[in-house]
Amino acid sequence: MAEEKDFTIQNYLEFIQNKKLMGSKCKDCGKLYAPVRKLCTKCNSLNMEWVELSGKGELAAFTSITVGTPYFIDLGYDRNKPYCFSVIKLEEGPMVSAQLVGVDESKPDLIKIGTPVKVKFLENELKGETNIDLGFEPA
Amino acid sequence: MGKLSKRVAIVGAGMSQFGQLFPLKRNPDLWVDAWVNAVKSVDNGIAPKDVDACYVGNYSSDLFNHQGHLGPQMANLVGLTPKPASRFEGACASSGIALRQAIIAVASGIHDVIAVAGVECMNQLPTSLVTDALATASDALFEYPAGATFPGLYATVASAHFHKYGTTSEDLMRIGIKNHENGAENPFAQMQRTIKQLMQSKLKKLEEQGKDLPNWNDEFDYLRSSSNPMIAYPLRLFDCSLVTDGAACVFVASEETARNFTDTPIWIAGTGQGSAALSIHDRDDLTGFIATREAARQAYEMSGYGPKDMQIAELHDCFTIAELVALEDLDFYEKGKAAQAIKEGETKRDGVRPINTSGGLKSKGHPVGATGAAQAVEIFKQMRGRAERNRQVKFDVERALTHNLGGSGATCVVTIYEK
Ligand SMILES: CC(C)(COP(=O)(O)OP(=O)(O)OC[C@H]1O[C@@H](n2cnc3c(N)ncnc32)[C@H](O)[C@@H]1OP(=O)(O)O)[C@@H](O)C(=O)NCCC(=O)NCCS
Ligand SMILES: [Zn+2]
Repeated sequence: MAEEKDFTIQNYLEFIQNKKLMGSKCKDCGKLYAPVRKLCTKCNSLNMEWVELSGKGELAAFTSITVGTPYFIDLGYDRNKPYCFSVIKLEEGPMVSAQLVGVDESKPDLIKIGTPVKVKFLENELKGETNIDLGFEPA
Repeated sequence: MGKLSKRVAIVGAGMSQFGQLFPLKRNPDLWVDAWVNAVKSVDNGIAPKDVDACYVGNYSSDLFNHQGHLGPQMANLVGLTPKPASRFEGACASSGIALRQAIIAVASGIHDVIAVAGVECMNQLPTSLVTDALATASDALFEYPAGATFPGLYATVASAHFHKYGTTSEDLMRIGIKNHENGAENPFAQMQRTIKQLMQSKLKKLEEQGKDLPNWNDEFDYLRSSSNPMIAYPLRLFDCSLVTDGAACVFVASEETARNFTDTPIWIAGTGQGSAALSIHDRDDLTGFIATREAARQAYEMSGYGPKDMQIAELHDCFTIAELVALEDLDFYEKGKAAQAIKEGETKRDGVRPINTSGGLKSKGHPVGATGAAQAVEIFKQMRGRAERNRQVKFDVERALTHNLGGSGATCVVTIYEK
């Protein structure tokens, strides 16, 4: 059962590998954290529970990157094929960083902040291995 | 709380040449150059025997140069060992923190004089690895795997600011144009050329190559063209600071000793430091930096001055958007109002409150860990009327401010100076 897992980064990331966006919720004050946190910084409680998030939210801020990180260069992105890094405000409140897909990255001026989005777990193949990365696309 | 227990002054400050200098210059070479220039700036002279400790600001010699433990290395090169020598790290705010800690240590009475160093030699790595080393100053767990680069994080902040306040790319271009105009007057700057001059040499190059000449009427046309490639939308090449090798040195002295060194010390009126979540997604407001607001609040409170009292300032323009946001976070302008003031020329060298007379990080260069100390060098020169070439502002500067931002805004140090 999800509730038994410790509130660690590794467990949060493993949920994502299993295509689940999970957060931790403070049982004392109700504050919700994603990515996961073990200590509630609102009320100092350690009394947390795992909750699954709907994966719905809206685009809070973004960029389209032409000079990318080594991982994204390995995934085939470059000046002619930029990718979008975004900050997503989830409907439950927290914000997360993720790749934004399903948009025209080469026309970033057409991408609008406030656009409703939904989670899309990205299956990235690299060196024979499949990695699941957190992504979002327009809803 | 919130007060220095005695007055503290800057009695000397100098910097090395900034530029793409590796392998001609490495950290030790850069630092000794900065020290020598700082020593020259002390009116009555200063010797190692007068200095009690060496505080070194450096972001990542570990990654850039495969060298840690810079404190004693730098201290020894200028004759300060066996005195205390330590390194301070806070990404691009590293030497801002070293300066602040020196101020606090001198105010405590434990030391009378501290040499503050800022050093960074970045060009030992190729750009791709520099980018990767810089990325470790942002969140490596969640932002970096999502593709965030440094320019990318500031671009994300820019997107939020554009959306909320109608800021445009042209507003940012004005910041770059101004800072290059200032840097052209700074013999220590990495790019001592205005954007107009860079545009003209580009045109000349194209002409020599027999290529079709673009129809650029002014710098804005040039900056909108493919000669200014997109790095992370909406930030282009000329919105980014430079990758720089350089060092700076500042002598901080106690109230009792300051007058031994000079009749015109520059006094520290206030110092403040703030922090924020490392990841920008963990911050409530993406259009500004809470760490700056907190650092400014402390520094204003300590000094008894407000934003309107600041006559000049060196702001951390690691990206053009960062200068615009800083103008608002420091309350120089209301939120969303800085762009208009910039357009009206208020931040130019002949404007009401000149910003980044040194050329800023954009044109002077940004050896990340050296930047905070280098900002203090410019203020020291301007307040004593000794800025080189045509860069000296035309009025007497009684009060000034520096703003040194670390990483994607998770650390900020604000320092206020007075005569
Ligand atoms: C933007 C950036 C990636 C460009 O690097 P690059 O593509 O390797 O650039 P190069 O060094 O190959 O230089 C290519 C040309 O652009 C020029 N150039 C490089 N950076 C420039 C900049 N920031 N502004 C203007 N011109 C620049 C160079 O002078 C060179 O001109 P030339 O061809 O006429 O000689 C790099 O400058 C950068 O990462 N800047 C940001 C640094 C940073 O993040 N600092 C920390 C901030 S907190
Ligand atoms: Zn709680």
